[in-house]
Amino acid sequence: MKPRFFPLLMATALLALAGCANTQETAPESRPASAPPAPAEFPPDPFPSTYEPLPAQPTLIEHATIFTGTGEKIEDGSILLVDRKIAAIGHDLDVPEGAVVIDAGGKFVTPGIIDVHSHLGVYPSPSIEATANGNEMTNPNTAQVRSENSVWPQDPGFNFARAGGVTTLAILPGSGNLIGGRTVVLKNVPAKTVQAMKYPGAPYGLKMACGENPMRVYGSRGQFPSTLMGNVAGYRQAFADALAYHRKWQAWEAKVASQGREKAGPPPARDLKLETLAEVLTGRIQVQWHCYRSDEMKTALDIADEFGFKIAAFHHAVEAYQIPKLLAKTDTCAAMWADWWGFKLEAWDAIRANIAMVDAAGACATIHSDSANGIQRLNQEVAKAWAAGRHAGLDISKAHAVMWMTLNPAKVLGLADEIGSLEPGKHADVVIWSGDPFSVYTKAEKVFIDGALVYDRDNPRYQPVSDFMLGSFIPQPSSGRGDSQ
Amino acid sequence: MKRKMATAFALSLALGLAAPGMARTWAITGGTIYTLGPAGKIEHGTLLIEDGRIAAVGTDVKIPGDAAVIDAGGKIVTPGIFDPMSQFGVIEISQVATTRDARQGTDFSAAFNVAAAINPRSVLIPVNRIAGVTRAMVSPGGAGEGHIISGQGVLMDLGSTEDFVHKNPAAMFALLGEAGARHAGGSRAVALLKLREALQDAADYAAHRGAFQSNRRREYALSRLDLEALVPVLRGELPLVVQVNRASDIEAALKLARDFDLELIVAGGAEAWMVADQLAAANVPVLLNPFQDLPSRFETLGATLRNAARLGKAGVLIAFATGDTHNARKLTQAAGNAVAYGLPRQAALEALMLHPAKIYGVADRVGSLEVGKIADVVIWEGDPLEVTTYADQVFIAGEKIPMVSRQTLLRDRYMQALFGDSPLPAEYIKPGND
Repeated sequence: MKPRFFPLLMATALLALAGCANTQETAPESRPASAPPAPAEFPPDPFPSTYEPLPAQPTLIEHATIFTGTGEKIEDGSILLVDRKIAAIGHDLDVPEGAVVIDAGGKFVTPGIIDVHSHLGVYPSPSIEATANGNEMTNPNTAQVRSENSVWPQDPGFNFARAGGVTTLAILPGSGNLIGGRTVVLKNVPAKTVQAMKYPGAPYGLKMACGENPMRVYGSRGQFPSTLMGNVAGYRQAFADALAYHRKWQAWEAKVASQGREKAGPPPARDLKLETLAEVLTGRIQVQWHCYRSDEMKTALDIADEFGFKIAAFHHAVEAYQIPKLLAKTDTCAAMWADWWGFKLEAWDAIRANIAMVDAAGACATIHSDSANGIQRLNQEVAKAWAAGRHAGLDISKAHAVMWMTLNPAKVLGLADEIGSLEPGKHADVVIWSGDPFSVYTKAEKVFIDGALVYDRDNPRYQPVSDFMLGSFIPQPSSGRGDSQ
Repeated sequence: MKRKMATAFALSLALGLAAPGMARTWAITGGTIYTLGPAGKIEHGTLLIEDGRIAAVGTDVKIPGDAAVIDAGGKIVTPGIFDPMSQFGVIEISQVATTRDARQGTDFSAAFNVAAAINPRSVLIPVNRIAGVTRAMVSPGGAGEGHIISGQGVLMDLGSTEDFVHKNPAAMFALLGEAGARHAGGSRAVALLKLREALQDAADYAAHRGAFQSNRRREYALSRLDLEALVPVLRGELPLVVQVNRASDIEAALKLARDFDLELIVAGGAEAWMVADQLAAANVPVLLNPFQDLPSRFETLGATLRNAARLGKAGVLIAFATGDTHNARKLTQAAGNAVAYGLPRQAALEALMLHPAKIYGVADRVGSLEVGKIADVVIWEGDPLEVTTYADQVFIAGEKIPMVSRQTLLRDRYMQALFGDSPLPAEYIKPGND
């Protein structure tokens, strides 16, 4: 990339951001002034995305070793980014006029990393009481809350994660509750508001939690639930209530259909908690379920069967290696760490080959961070998981293992048609690595989101600093002015 | 009965328990040996282990006839990793209080010594030693009630259930900064005052033991046992490890150390790079976490991945402490990241293996591959700092460690259950007892 482009790019970036702040993208559909809104009449998203990609130019990256995210590896490959999308990938691509050409000889290219389990923004740095906004632990079921309403966009952690190649991330509520609330998917761009980071059209998830956390939080207060069986009763009652709520609305909507809006009478009272759960039942929202133990995963799958909803993934699934065939059969992903273990009993049986074994048995396996630190080097976490697989005797290629941080997490988020692999037509989310991303010495050098350069290790202009960090250290006029003691 | 004994023996083998009389002679040949001693790096070298010690190292080593030869051609041979601040043996499951003995909820502070609580059969030990961690400082965690001194740590050998403590005490631990202020009731200034008071009382006590016994001294802030424990700290015989991160808090610790002439070690040190010259001038080592780069607390606003490189360049003696005992095996990854951010590779190996021995005064016995030293040796399949590299074989004090842990057994059980042909549930598969 040539320096002379920068002033122009910056100016456009400022204009684009200013535009975002003043534009109302989506207006709720109009409805009769006399009638209160019914579900179909609510804005589909009360906090609509205002995301605008950063300014971009057609970009050709050539002579790179490319891990496509589909399990393939291309030596001395090229990839062309045009109009926010991947235009072409292969060898000897034509250079469009005005394209930026990056010689990535000796370097590696992967899709942007996707983290399905982050608490950036809701548990930001610095971690203090005022910023601990990730767990609404006042009721075991807080399906009505949304993590997006807790996200602090100035969390410096977003910048650290981007420097590690993370382009898309799901922000989840914590696991203190049985049902913690809605998750949100963000594009990892610096922004003033969470709406401006919000991945347009990404489905919401619902965070749920198995095991020790909810029963500890509420049991220690002498409240429900205090046992595993209490946990399960709590999930089931919540969905039973949601089903009744859903039917009430269905009945009213049927009345509207048969008798007309005016005669149907007032709609049922809106309940945000039950509304979210009802959306799980109708399939608009998939469940992201924190669950360590294999036996509890099976129980969760039974609950999903009972109420007819879909679990996208078990998160922290440290015992997933014990039941990968069940996961494969039910098309449920497992999101895992490379080596965390032992911090509680339900994490006691973790093994490093977990991800590789789940994958080898035919289930969908992904890495996840759950950590503002770990998210900065998910490539190293994948490398560890890959090496553990090899030491277990599983011959998995690096090109395949790259899917654990790209295409598989995209699947968990319901976005595998748009991101997660380097295929023509997909979003141009791309990382150029200084070398093999399976090496501890390798760093993300350039990161693109929707074709725009959002991070460049070699150019401070493309290394954003959050408001919080700006000026944390003002150089002192002099130090050691004398001994005051 | 016989059967029971056989099982017990198999188990002791699997867990790598030290059995007297098993010591023998090993010759590790053909590898690239990083001695971390005066001999430097030796290509195609031979390392000879006899009776638990390193008997020879070089390219021209005569291999005794009774030696078992291990071909390390194409591999890397290093000393063992020394975790300078762990809780091995005093923590099993973090959230299960009955398996935690590192923290004291009593009025004792300096007198608290973790040695009496250590469980050398902890599941954590095999998990980490098969990844090359051979020795550790076992430190007390947190501070005692009403005081900012946490107690005494000891050095532990991770290869034995007998005589596994090889230096006791090895250091005194205290908290300043945000954690210290919290223990002291709110302010950093009070934390410092409490530490000063404790040291002054210990000095007075040491000078007037007789008068104290006959009740002719003023009241002290600490109990007799606590004061007694602080005396070697005052004499400079026992280092004081202070957990502290903010640059100004490090400076306060440096001043305290000057005032009382203490052997100070800084642990944490997120902003240590900002006062690197002062640390170097005072000869104060830093135990740092190379992963720490977030402004996760107000006292770590200056945290950076370049901390290790900057301190190393300034001449500060550094070692790596991640504070994660369950995953002490990640110390190699931590060191690799320090290298990625500017620390020379040799310095990173020294920080992992040699410097903790220097910092705790046992470098005459461990920390490098030199003749006469205790044979803590790791054969790596490749670059030890790479996240994809595993240890092929580990020796601790000359004992060949079985490369088995609870985690490898679980792995092997479920690999068989998933891909083998056992008609019975996984519980019938017992890979350790084959």
